[in-house]
Amino acid sequence: MWLMKLAWKNMWRNRNRTAITIAAIFFAVILSVVTSSLQDGVFDNLIKNVVSFYSGYVQVHKQGYWDERILDNTFAQSGAVERKILQQKNISDIAPRLESFALASSEETTKGCMVTGISPEEENRITDLQRRVVAGEYLTADDRSVLVGQGLASRLGLQLHDTLVLIGQGYHGATAAGKYPIKGILKFGSPDLNDQSLFLSLPAAQEFYSAESMLTSYVLALRNPASLVGTADGVRAAIGNTYETMTWEEMMPEIIQHIRTDKGSMYIIQGILYMLICFGIIGTLLMMMVERKYEMGMLVALGMKKIKLMQLLLMESVLTVISGCVFGIMASVPIVYYLYKYPIRFTGEMAKVYEEFGFEPIFPASRDVNIFLTQGAIVLVLGLLLSLYPMIKVVQLDPIKAMKK
Amino acid sequence: MKTVIDAHNISKTFNPETIPVLAVDKVHLHLERGEFTALVGPSGSGKTTLLNLIGGLDKPDTGNILINGVDITLLSANALIDFRLHNIGFVFQSFNLIPVLTAKENVELIMQLQHSKRASIEKRVRALFQEIGLEDKMQTRPAQLSGGQQQRVAVARALAPKPQFVLADEPTANLDSKSAANLLDIMAKLNQEENITFIFSTHDARVIERARRVITLVDGQIHADTAHVETNVAHEGFSTNK
Repeated sequence: MWLMKLAWKNMWRNRNRTAITIAAIFFAVILSVVTSSLQDGVFDNLIKNVVSFYSGYVQVHKQGYWDERILDNTFAQSGAVERKILQQKNISDIAPRLESFALASSEETTKGCMVTGISPEEENRITDLQRRVVAGEYLTADDRSVLVGQGLASRLGLQLHDTLVLIGQGYHGATAAGKYPIKGILKFGSPDLNDQSLFLSLPAAQEFYSAESMLTSYVLALRNPASLVGTADGVRAAIGNTYETMTWEEMMPEIIQHIRTDKGSMYIIQGILYMLICFGIIGTLLMMMVERKYEMGMLVALGMKKIKLMQLLLMESVLTVISGCVFGIMASVPIVYYLYKYPIRFTGEMAKVYEEFGFEPIFPASRDVNIFLTQGAIVLVLGLLLSLYPMIKVVQLDPIKAMKK
Repeated sequence: MKTVIDAHNISKTFNPETIPVLAVDKVHLHLERGEFTALVGPSGSGKTTLLNLIGGLDKPDTGNILINGVDITLLSANALIDFRLHNIGFVFQSFNLIPVLTAKENVELIMQLQHSKRASIEKRVRALFQEIGLEDKMQTRPAQLSGGQQQRVAVARALAPKPQFVLADEPTANLDSKSAANLLDIMAKLNQEENITFIFSTHDARVIERARRVITLVDGQIHADTAHVETNVAHEGFSTNK
């Protein structure tokens, strides 16, 4: 206890220096927490946008479907399987789909398109598809009409309530053909989706492809996206190996790659920030060692064991670093909360790009507690590692040399 | 009389590889409990080196130093620190009190290193402050004390662990005459009343005058060893370098 008291008093021996060190750590923690929080927030938002846009967080297919996405790799819709999936605590919604390709024709032209049979209500809960209807109406459960992307409609020269013809290959090589009125026009930010998307109600799609009761996928929404892998494992275990359960990360590895690359550059920035903190701390430690060399020599001469002296110096460093970290974290909480509540908005070209893709042009902050703990812990560990310098000096300390003026 | 320090044939050379400086040359020294001894000599005569050697701060190249029968030249670095804590008190020229602690806390620190009980620390520290006449300054920080007062606190700190002897390196060098006299009075009183052994390294005539034994060092060798007050002649009981 007396050692702690002495460490505390020593810490305030040079108030200005300690205050400057604590301030350096304080601002470094705030900066690193806020930058990490913004970075994670942007990625979370990107994932949320991409996932809610089309894929969902998790999809269930017939085993092997993802490698060969053809209608012969469909599976029968099953209430029992749906119940097993919905029994997983983290699953909030499930939407069945039947997806394949077809040729869409108008009177004058024919274009390839991606036909997706959906349960309109369930689909809307997961991907918010109804919001993208810019003309006409959204589908109902047994609709026999279609929703088409704005680009596709324009390339076919068709308008709302016009009729298009779909031709393709159905289940097990059957010929698929049908005539459908356009009930709504959809607008997607992604040019690919805009130029190729066509949505039918699930029964209409199953009838078109001669794949009655068949599905290509279940799209799953999660309550807590952070437990993605655990939830996918739970689903996998519940429904068995007949099905393949894939997370969005497995389905879209390019997004993960993009995030990794982006995080890499952020790590470099944070590395520079940490280096600045290190210089601040090491400067303080060097000054302290020079100022107190005589006193340390005297303490060892009087009978203070070096290990005790090392404990004392460690306590001083830890107290200083912890104070900076705690104050930094305390100050960064309201800042991060404010940025979460009132995210930074993009303007100009960047905003336009985001809006075109149907994303809100914002720079949100993540409130993940781990960010605060991780950044605090990193600075603390750095402080402790740097404290090794005075420790090494104490091990080498010769009281006679130290007390020579 | 009980032997406190018994040094045989101790030598110490600095920079043996480059320009060797023989700081202490085959010194024999025998001190008994209750002595009040001054080590004197010109600068570079080896006073501080000899003090460091018998204080266990440095090791001799040759010879043995027995403190209360323990050969401290054989102790490991850690054991030596522990030995110093329990057996040797130090008073330095520039006081060296810890500035962030009060006078009382400075004295307590050594006893806390010894893991003494709170009650005994309290009792001992109070008694020591009474002895040095600074009871009213116990809660004062060193910066608020005069040089003489700081050195008195340093003496109390040296005595706190009840050492076998106190080594004082130029204790009066930074003090005015009045403070020096006052400090010497306190140390002489403690020496006479409590039989505490004091060994000074000094140039100060005021200290030499009060010492009962004066050992003069020249070129690392004991040049003279005199029982100063009582007889002022060579003290035959004390060995010198041969």
